[in-house]
Amino acid sequence: MTIQFNDETFRDDYSFHNSDWAIKRFPFPFHEDSYMYAVNMEQHRGGPEGSVYEKRFDVDEHYVAEMRDRAMVLADDPLRCQSLPHMTLAGWDLLELIMVSKSEDYPDLFELHHDADQWRWVNKPLGIDDTFTFLDETTLPYGPMEYITRQTQGDFCVLDQREENLWMDAGMVTTQADWSLDFDLGMNFFEWHAPVPLAHEMGIFKRALKFLLNIQQGAPARRMNWTMTVNPLLDTSPENYHKWGIQKTTLTPENIGSKQHLRVELQTFFRLPRSNALVFPIRCYLCSFQDLMTMPKWGRRLHRVVRDLPVELATYKGFIDNRPMMLDYLSQFDDGLPTSPGVFPEPETEPPLNKAG
Amino acid sequence: MSAAPQKAKAGAEQINVKVSAVVPLNDLVTRFEFQRTDGQRLPTFSGGAHTVVTMNDDGRTRLNPYSLMSDPTDTSTYAISVRRDDQGRGGSLFMHTRVKVGDEMQITYPVNLFSLDLRAKKHVFFAGGIGITPFMSMIAQLERSNGNWELHYAVRTEALGTYVDELRYKFPNKVHVYYDDQSQSIPLEELLDGQPLGTNAYVCGPKGMIDWIHATAAAAGWPDAQVHSEEFTAPQPGKPFEVRLCKSDKTIQVGESESLLEALEREGVEAPFLCRGGACGQCETDVVSYDGEFIHRDHWLEPEQQAGQKIMPCVSRFVGASLEIDR
Ligand code: HEM
Ligand code: FES
Repeated sequence: MTIQFNDETFRDDYSFHNSDWAIKRFPFPFHEDSYMYAVNMEQHRGGPEGSVYEKRFDVDEHYVAEMRDRAMVLADDPLRCQSLPHMTLAGWDLLELIMVSKSEDYPDLFELHHDADQWRWVNKPLGIDDTFTFLDETTLPYGPMEYITRQTQGDFCVLDQREENLWMDAGMVTTQADWSLDFDLGMNFFEWHAPVPLAHEMGIFKRALKFLLNIQQGAPARRMNWTMTVNPLLDTSPENYHKWGIQKTTLTPENIGSKQHLRVELQTFFRLPRSNALVFPIRCYLCSFQDLMTMPKWGRRLHRVVRDLPVELATYKGFIDNRPMMLDYLSQFDDGLPTSPGVFPEPETEPPLNKAG
Repeated sequence: MSAAPQKAKAGAEQINVKVSAVVPLNDLVTRFEFQRTDGQRLPTFSGGAHTVVTMNDDGRTRLNPYSLMSDPTDTSTYAISVRRDDQGRGGSLFMHTRVKVGDEMQITYPVNLFSLDLRAKKHVFFAGGIGITPFMSMIAQLERSNGNWELHYAVRTEALGTYVDELRYKFPNKVHVYYDDQSQSIPLEELLDGQPLGTNAYVCGPKGMIDWIHATAAAAGWPDAQVHSEEFTAPQPGKPFEVRLCKSDKTIQVGESESLLEALEREGVEAPFLCRGGACGQCETDVVSYDGEFIHRDHWLEPEQQAGQKIMPCVSRFVGASLEIDR
């Protein structure tokens, strides 16, 4: 399949939009009608054809526009990309992982040619054709992590593993849900998770860390996380809170369907071979409420999840003030019928909305 | 809880390989080299990584971990070195007596539980006997990145000094060898004392040596995090015992020369594992009830967990009237 890349923006006029294809494959994160934190990790070894889980690094219609947005964020704030000196080798590992995966998974879009240490990388959507020497930084325009993550959707945390812990010692973070790489740099797993409510007491982080420390080469894992974003903004960083925080107050019953977006992160974990570091790509997918409501199952379920979410989570995720307005909107799409288990929309088998008006 | 559920595979990914070389190094140690049967490249790995080799010993499956000792950037061939252990359970004997060039075997993807701290200004390696193997790949890795390292290597006799000649020839100023039969020993206190700030120490060898280096370094004020060790507890044979598996609703026998983990696998019970050496924590299993004594041999559980809460089936055993576990 060839992908039509959208010409769109994630700022100013917000021309971002999802095609019918993108809506159908949107990674709706709720497999049942309620939500609570859990140690929700599973293997990342493919998934249903066409789904966002199928490939190691999913490429979709937003690719080119997302990369343009990343370049703008970096131009304003270079500290969104940082790598401590001992993480350069991990950067090369990541570059190799992405180049190999993308060229194998999308041969019509990406090509990788090796001649011993001389590598040629062709990225057709972005019009890049570069030749460089593997492990020689002077032959690339940026460090290896920055070079490849300027060409890959999603944020990237590169974690050094030592002392039975993971350390956020490198990253490319421009599409984050209100946290800061510059602040978290050098922190360990428990330190950067400190602001999260309830999960510590539930023992989730302790168990999750044990699992992550054991992730092995060739056996990647994944999990989902989600939040809410008003307007299709990729860069919801604390650094720019003054710009996007106030947009939360612009919601009205009339515009909520198009302005309010469910923001889903597909998070994956790969062990890196040379450095023994762990890379944590966080891929962000946005979908407006009105597009989600085209799937009856998602309409019913989203209403129930948002309604019953514990106050602590709605507060932490930053939508407690807008929750009543969201529920007024979403309740129109919940007729009380049961939903089928699992995340997929099942448009063929799920009953249509049975509600007048 | 899962987005797109799939049948989970237990343990690490397997690679089909054929034996490309068998090189006896001395009376006790032989090197085995592997290449992929499909002609593809092997995964790159990091210095200190190991692989678990599957051996089909007349219908009995043996799984032994060995450090990868080849250059991590050489993805055409992996090498391991195996010391024959006439007392052990037979994995090493099988390798020595049965494995020939051209044989097909299965190994896991590399797993690293003993990696370099890449922040270190200097790396000091302490090897005892066959404990030299992980340092071979670490040295190759550091040589490529101009890393600062030195090796202190204790061997029994000159004849048993595996890789001594090669190491001394290539790195005459960095390699120091000590012969037990000539009453030479590593001048540990002196060595630990003279290191620049930011040095990390690594030890691989017999348990006594590991304990000695940890204790001496601690007494000399070294932070624990800067002293790294790897000790594979080779799964030890023991008396047969019976286990009740409450989830699978089965009672099974663990034989004399198999581990509890191997017995679970033989019975087709889903049992996660990675290192098979009591180090990684993956096989941690809850004890439901017991009447007897545990023989814990892992490096993972806390003492209070070992007091009747948990068992690591890859290395630990049980003696007594009854044991019930959550598998
Ligand atoms: C090593 C990889 C990981 C990294 C780099 C990472 C990073 C982060 C960061 C930066 C935050 C935001 C914290 C803040 O408010 O400042 C966060 C939130 C969170 N993380 Fe992780 N995380 C990782 C793995 C995991 C895993 C394996 C779990 C498993 C349960 C997990 C569970 C959570 C939860 C529940 C939240 C709160 C999210 C929300 O409610 O929106 N994280 N993580
Ligand atoms: S398999 Fe690693 S501790 Fe048992």
